Amino acid sequence: MNVALAPADEPAAAARLAHPAARALIRRHYFRWWEALPWAAAIGFYFAFPAYLAFGTELLITVLFALSLDLALGYAGIITLGHAAFFGTGAYAVGLLAFHGVWTEPITSLVLAAMVAAAIGFASGLVLLRTRGLTLLMLTICTMALLQEAANMAHDYTGGFDGLPNLPIAPIFGAFAFNPLYDNTQYLYALAVLLISFLFVRTLVYSPFGQSLTGIRENLLRMHAVGAPVRRRLVICYTISAALAGVAGGLWAQTNAYVNLSALDLDRAATVLIILILGGYGRLYGAFVGAAAYLALEHFLARVYPTAWQLGLGLLLVAIALFAHNGILGIGAMLWRRYGRRRAAA
Amino acid sequence: MIENIDFADILLGGISAGTVLFIVSVGLSITMGLMGFVNLAHGAFAMFGGYVIVLAMNRAHIGFAASLALGFAVTAVLSAVLERLLYRRLYRAGELDQVLFTIGLIFIFIAATVIVVGPESQLLTLPPGLRGQLDLGFTHYRTYSVFLIVVGFLIVAGIWLAVERTRIGAQIRATVDNRRMAESLGINVDRLFTITFAFGSGMAAIGGGLGAEFLGLDPQYPLKYLVYFLIVVSVGGLGSVVGVYCAALLLGVLDFVLKLYVPKGGTMFIYVLTILLLLWRPQGLFGRKEP
Repeated sequence: MNVALAPADEPAAAARLAHPAARALIRRHYFRWWEALPWAAAIGFYFAFPAYLAFGTELLITVLFALSLDLALGYAGIITLGHAAFFGTGAYAVGLLAFHGVWTEPITSLVLAAMVAAAIGFASGLVLLRTRGLTLLMLTICTMALLQEAANMAHDYTGGFDGLPNLPIAPIFGAFAFNPLYDNTQYLYALAVLLISFLFVRTLVYSPFGQSLTGIRENLLRMHAVGAPVRRRLVICYTISAALAGVAGGLWAQTNAYVNLSALDLDRAATVLIILILGGYGRLYGAFVGAAAYLALEHFLARVYPTAWQLGLGLLLVAIALFAHNGILGIGAMLWRRYGRRRAAA
Repeated sequence: MIENIDFADILLGGISAGTVLFIVSVGLSITMGLMGFVNLAHGAFAMFGGYVIVLAMNRAHIGFAASLALGFAVTAVLSAVLERLLYRRLYRAGELDQVLFTIGLIFIFIAATVIVVGPESQLLTLPPGLRGQLDLGFTHYRTYSVFLIVVGFLIVAGIWLAVERTRIGAQIRATVDNRRMAESLGINVDRLFTITFAFGSGMAAIGGGLGAEFLGLDPQYPLKYLVYFLIVVSVGGLGSVVGVYCAALLLGVLDFVLKLYVPKGGTMFIYVLTILLLLWRPQGLFGRKEP
């Protein structure tokens, strides 16, 4: 590709391409060595902590959910507090099909969950994304509350407040059954789904489509001015993001073998927002870092000192909002740059 | 049981509940309209003030009116300090940072309340003069609810007069219209922000105290009613006092009627209505269209 951009008879152009900034731009989407780290860590976790695989599965699902939000919020700049709407839709799609014995095959169930969530995301995005700011925030919350209320009302199908327990999920490929006591299958299954989804998101983000999303986030007016179909792009992005959240919800329902109203809660939507921002939004790996940091702290701190955990979380959020807009990864990048500059100066 | 409740009672009950929502939310509407700040932690100030009022009455045995004044003052001072120290830094930040910051504040308030006072909910003991029933001529109704309705009406009239007829009200309107121009004319916008923010939080405190009867008062208060406050403000229109009053009364009456006749799924109707209304008028019922 480099060669095509720089024909041999244009040495000036070739020199331009050799500039470090140009090389960085062209190679932006290349895989870096450190991008293997989270996956290596995930596989290492499987062998190192077999007793914590249930926690690990929850972590992987949360990463996927946060990643879906990152696409809408971090890249396209759609500020939503109602993303659990799609998580819950996916969870209930899987749960209803399995509980009523219609469809229990896990992988096709996930595809169905993605499709149902995408349909809801498309329909709501089509009308919601006309608005901005507080109105958009309100509309996303209301849509989620509406779905939760609907799930609560359709008691005969959804089990209402109690939810649907003991979902029968068929073995993966007909061979690997989910064991509620040992989460090995669930963990590897969630890891595989996360990897595929991540590669999809990564490709999307570096594609022209993804670039135009970043453009919309950074300068809406300019994107209108250059003739980009802004609203269509936003709706498509919102739909894809909803589909991914639906997959996360479906995974959650399958690996826990239950689904209840908490899947559609404002709590869940706020938590995933916090996780994403904690890790750093608009940077792909923020979802990983944020979910790992948040869930680890929650798992080991919240059980023992719930109030202190809430207080600490509150202080952390305030500090991030005031001083570190880009979360943990943002702080890391800043330190890295500073260290790099000092090294260059020395 | 339902047959015994006539139309006037439903209306009065809904309006008194709506009045509480109005008193809590009006400050949120003003600060959002004036500063464009998405302050999700507004309910936390209502809770804080409510606790000050209820604890002052129950533990320190201070009178009802004096407790309300105390709650207003303490909350106004606290919010003014927070505004000067923290909120101010985020006026120019994106909504995302504002949302994150205020969610963080909610958590801090909740945790602090649990640590200092405890997780149980607090009960408001009404003064003797406000207990019992009142003969309104056409019906008998709870004295406290009638008191609330009257107080709410006085507050909306007072704020309306203050905004429309006083010097500081004119300054607020000028700043909402065009902040830069207002600053050029020598209006101290920073001071104006602090004053309105403190006043709005103080009103929320009074709402939290007066509404402890309807809404209850426990550490989860700011999260439990967040969506209701936001619905009232966004439906009423940012910065519009009358709009917030109408939206709050509407929501109060609707909620009351729906809980009575459609106990299951009544709230769904409220969400649908909110969505439709915001799609029809994104700026709210009484809000002004964005230029």
